[in-house]
Amino acid sequence: MSIDTLAPSTVALHEGAARSAEGSRTWRKLARNPAAIAGGVILLVVIGAAVFAPHVAPHEAARQSLIRRFTPPLWAHGGNTAYLLGTDQVGRDILSRIIHGARISLVVGVSAVLVSLTVGVTLGLLGGFLQGRVDTVIMTVVDVMLSFPQLLLALAFVAALGPSLTTIIVVLGLTGWERYTRVVRAEVLALREKDFVEAARAMGASPTRVLLRHLLPNTFSSIIVMSTLQVAQAILAEAALSFLGVGTGSAYPTWGQMIALGRDFVSVAWWLPTFPGLAILLTVLSINLVGDRLRDALDPRVG
Amino acid sequence: MLTLLVRRVVRLVVVLAGVSLVTFAILHVSGDPVSLMMPEAPEADRVVLRQAMGFNAPLPVQFARFLANTARGNFGNSFFHRAPALPLVLDRMPTTLLLTVLAMGLSISIAVPIGILSAVRRNSVFDHGATFVVFLGTSMPVFWTGIMLILLFAVQLRLLPVSGWESWAALVLPTLTLATASTPLLLRIVRSSMLEVINLDYVRTARAKGVSEWIVIWHHALVNAALPLVTVAGLQFSLLLGGAIITETVFAVPGLGRLIVGAIRQLDFPIVQAGVFLIALIVVLVNFAVDLLYIYLNPQIRVR
Repeated sequence: MSIDTLAPSTVALHEGAARSAEGSRTWRKLARNPAAIAGGVILLVVIGAAVFAPHVAPHEAARQSLIRRFTPPLWAHGGNTAYLLGTDQVGRDILSRIIHGARISLVVGVSAVLVSLTVGVTLGLLGGFLQGRVDTVIMTVVDVMLSFPQLLLALAFVAALGPSLTTIIVVLGLTGWERYTRVVRAEVLALREKDFVEAARAMGASPTRVLLRHLLPNTFSSIIVMSTLQVAQAILAEAALSFLGVGTGSAYPTWGQMIALGRDFVSVAWWLPTFPGLAILLTVLSINLVGDRLRDALDPRVG
Repeated sequence: MLTLLVRRVVRLVVVLAGVSLVTFAILHVSGDPVSLMMPEAPEADRVVLRQAMGFNAPLPVQFARFLANTARGNFGNSFFHRAPALPLVLDRMPTTLLLTVLAMGLSISIAVPIGILSAVRRNSVFDHGATFVVFLGTSMPVFWTGIMLILLFAVQLRLLPVSGWESWAALVLPTLTLATASTPLLLRIVRSSMLEVINLDYVRTARAKGVSEWIVIWHHALVNAALPLVTVAGLQFSLLLGGAIITETVFAVPGLGRLIVGAIRQLDFPIVQAGVFLIALIVVLVNFAVDLLYIYLNPQIRVR
C-alpha cells in the first residue's frame, strides 16, 4: 500500500466498520419480522427450484401423454400420486412445468432490473449532479416514458423486435428505469448541498470522485429497496407479455404462457391456469414482503 | 402564475413530441419496417412497398412526416381492416374509458374509506389485515385474477357471463378485475397521506377545540390529504389503461386494448401506433389537468 492511498483507506476502514455494524442491525431488524422471514423462505424455495429445475422436477416438462391428460391434482377425485398438481391438455406434468417456469421468471425479473438500474441510476446521477440543460433533457425523457403504460410499450416493442428472451429483458429494462432516475436525482440534489460533499470538494476531489465515492453510495439503500420491488414488477410484466402471446418465443414453459393455454380449459380443468398463477402470486408476494421490510430495516428512523 | 401556465403548456407540447418519437420508433426500431409488416413477402414486393411508403428517406425526414401526419390525426390505413387507423381506434375508445372509469370509481370507493380507517386505527388488526390485502393485491397478475373470477362466478356459481360487453352483468367481472389492480396502490397512498396529516398541529387543535372526531377526519385531515391523491391520479390512469389492455383480452371486451393486442398479433402497425399514441395522449392530458388542478388547489402556488 503506497502512502498516498493510506489516508483515504483508513477512512474507508472506519466507514467499512460503520457500514457492517449498520448491516448487522439491518439483518437483526429483518430477522425479527415474521413476514420477511416467510417471504425469504418462499423466495429461497423458488430460487432453489429454478436452479435445480431438471433435478427436482418429477417429470420432463415437455413429455406429453395423451392417456394421462387432464389428470386432476392429487387431492381431487381421480388424482394420481405421480402428478401432484395434475396434468394439462396434452398430459404434461404441471408441477414440473411450474418448476421450470421459475427459471424464466427469475432470469427475466433480475436481468430486466439490472438493465433498468444501470440506465436509471446513471441518468439520475447525471441529472442531479450536472443540473441545467442536461437535467432538463433527462427529465423530459422521463416525462415522455411516464406517459405510456409500461405494459403497452413493452408489448409493442417486443412484437416489433420479435419475441425472444433477450428482447423481453431489454425491453422491460428500457421501459422501467424512470423510477430510479427520479429518486436518485432527487437524492443527489439534496445531498450535493451537504457539508461532507462540500468538504470533499474543498479537499480537491474531482467531480467524478465526488459523484462515485460520495454521492452514489448514499443512494444505495433506496436503490436496493427499489430494485427488489422492481424485480416483482418485472416478473408480473413478463407473465403478462407471455399471456398476451409475445413471450420468449420458445417452447420452454413460462408461467404466463401456462395460464394463457390453461384459460381455454378453465371450465373443464380448473387446475391448469390456477397453479401457475399461484406460483406467480407466491413469488411476487414474497419479493414484495422482503422488499418492503428491507425498506423499513434500512430506514434508520424506523425502530 | 401566467408564466407557470405557459411553461406547463410548453412542456405539454415537448412531451407530446417525445411521445410521437417513441410511437414512431415502434415501427422503425427493428431497422426494416417492411419485413416487419410483411415477413413472408418476396423481396421484389418489399422494394415496391418500401418506395411507396417512403421508407427510403432518411429517418429524420420520415419522423418529420410522421409528426405532421400525427398532428392531422393520420396514422395510415390499417392493413387488416383496410380503413384509416384512427377512426377504428377512436371507435373502441368509449368502451375502454367506461371500463377504466368504472374501475377507478370502484377503486376509490374501496380505497378511501379503508385507507382512512387504517390510518386512524394505525397498527390495529384492521390495519394489518388491510396491509396484507394490499400486498396480496399488488402481487396478483391481473389476467390471472380475471380468470379466477371467471372460474368462481361464471363457471362454478353461474352468476355472471364469462365474457362480452353486451349486458350490465357482463361489466361486473372486468370492472372487478381491473379494480383489483388499482385499489392496493390507491389504498396505500390514502393511508400514508392520512397518517402524515393526522397528527399535525391544526388537526390536534381542532380536536382540542372539541370538534367531533369524524368532522376532524373528514373536514380537517382528508382535505389536506387530498393533494397527494390528486397528484397520483395521472399515474393511476396510466396503470388502469395498462391493466385495461389485459382485462379486455381476458374478458373479450371490445375495447381499445383488445384491438391493440389483436393488431399486434396481425402485425397491423398503423393500428398499434394509433392506439399507443392515443393512450399516451390521454395520460399526458390527464397529467396536464392534474397539474392545473394542483396549481388551483395549492394556495402556496396560487397566490404567487
